[in-house]
Amino acid sequence: MIRLIDIEKSYDNGTKALKGVNMRIDDGEFVFLVGPSGSGKSTILKLITAEIAPSGGRLMVNGYNLNNITPRQVPYMRRTLGVVFQDFRLIEKKTVEDNLIFAMQAVGASSKEIKKRVAYVLDLVGLLEKSHQRPDQLSGGEQQRVAIARALVNNPQMIIADEPTGNLDPMRSLEIMMLLERINELGTTVLVVTHERELVNRFSKRVVAIENGRIISDETGGYYNNETTI
Amino acid sequence: MRQRYNFGYLIGEGFRSIFTHGFMSFAAVCMIVCCLLIMGSFSLVAVNAAYNFSDLENENQFSAFIDESVPQEEARALQDDIEAVPNVARAEFVTKEEAQADFEKDYEGNPLFEDLPSDVYRDRFHIYLEDISKLEETETAVKQVAGVAYTKSAPEIAEGFNVIRNIASAVALILVGILLLVSLFIISNTIKLAFFNRRDEIAIMKMCGATNGFVRWPFVIEGMILGLVGSIVAFFLQWGIYALVGRAVSGSDTIELLKVMDFQPMALMVLGYFLLIGLVIGVLGSLLAIRKFLQV
Repeated sequence: MIRLIDIEKSYDNGTKALKGVNMRIDDGEFVFLVGPSGSGKSTILKLITAEIAPSGGRLMVNGYNLNNITPRQVPYMRRTLGVVFQDFRLIEKKTVEDNLIFAMQAVGASSKEIKKRVAYVLDLVGLLEKSHQRPDQLSGGEQQRVAIARALVNNPQMIIADEPTGNLDPMRSLEIMMLLERINELGTTVLVVTHERELVNRFSKRVVAIENGRIISDETGGYYNNETTI
Repeated sequence: MRQRYNFGYLIGEGFRSIFTHGFMSFAAVCMIVCCLLIMGSFSLVAVNAAYNFSDLENENQFSAFIDESVPQEEARALQDDIEAVPNVARAEFVTKEEAQADFEKDYEGNPLFEDLPSDVYRDRFHIYLEDISKLEETETAVKQVAGVAYTKSAPEIAEGFNVIRNIASAVALILVGILLLVSLFIISNTIKLAFFNRRDEIAIMKMCGATNGFVRWPFVIEGMILGLVGSIVAFFLQWGIYALVGRAVSGSDTIELLKVMDFQPMALMVLGYFLLIGLVIGVLGSLLAIRKFLQV
């Protein structure tokens, strides 16, 4: 579960990125966070992953109070999250399977756990047959599925996808969203940051809209409204 | 909650990283070898100098002359009292007859010293010291022993030894300090390069929840390997150079007075120091290099 209570964030250059944001994401939810560039979406993600600290307010992520989290606790908090990036961020010289193994080794998983879990997750994203290929031998959609598999492989409570379809064509984008929806149905909370209106509106999910550092709408089964965003 | 470490993986990553940027690793090992060689050579010169100095020190002594009124047997018995004085290594009794014989031998053929009456000589002790730098106070203490009339020494020789030893120690310390810093700087830059090469992987690891310790270990292991390889190469080179120089010195007519110590009895100690210094440089260098990068 994620809770943002009156969250403020000001950067050193004086920019006020967030102005009293309140948001709650319960376990098992699927949430779209939408808004134009510079609205504060990325700042919210960086706060949730503890890359930056809030200037004010209270922030809870999966049982960790990020207002007074110690540097030693941050890695363990991050293990409750799986992050997917727009540019995939796969290790090009490693195979699909090795990319996933790498993510599990980073948290000290045993060889037995790795073998079992990697096969399961690759099967889930439909890439078991391509496990020995390198990322540059895959299409953009397949690469993003590898990135989702990597985010999932450590069994996080929540997947955070930052513009996951930004580099994909509409068909591949839809496939990725359907994959995320399936992952959500299996019990993992999903937060998708996007500004692709048509894609959001194809799914009847909760949509939180942010603009100028403020939440301007939060509707379950809502739509990405033309009037509220660019 | 604790991070579980797969040390096989961490060591493997450390080795892999060395070969990923082989040239820099080679340069780092070469620098460590150079630094250890200079450091080692200087230290061995210092050790040999100390060895030669101590030989010379053995020749250094002062003499304590016994009062004429003390009979020879009583004078000889003063040996225990003199040897009980702090810093006296040993005292050697010389009768006035022996002194006269030595003197006449030294100045044989010199008419000025011929036929000197025997009563100008005194019984005496040649006193050898443990620490030549404490000559003055030892001499004063020996003068306090009942029966000792006066003492005679050449303090300028002792002072000379001290000056040479102090200069050698200071130069050695400064050189070792500078070379350690240079080695640290180079190994730290090598590790920084390794870190830079793997920055994307590290960002992913950290986002997955890797602890700083887990990220740090492969770089520390890389630094350790570079340091140890440098130490071992430097040790064998040092051995070879020492043997060559030793042979050259022993075979030279002009510096035949100098004695060169055998390397074999010192080999284990030299290897130990080299390994320790290599290890410390490697580990410290890598820790310094990655410290500020781990704060994300």
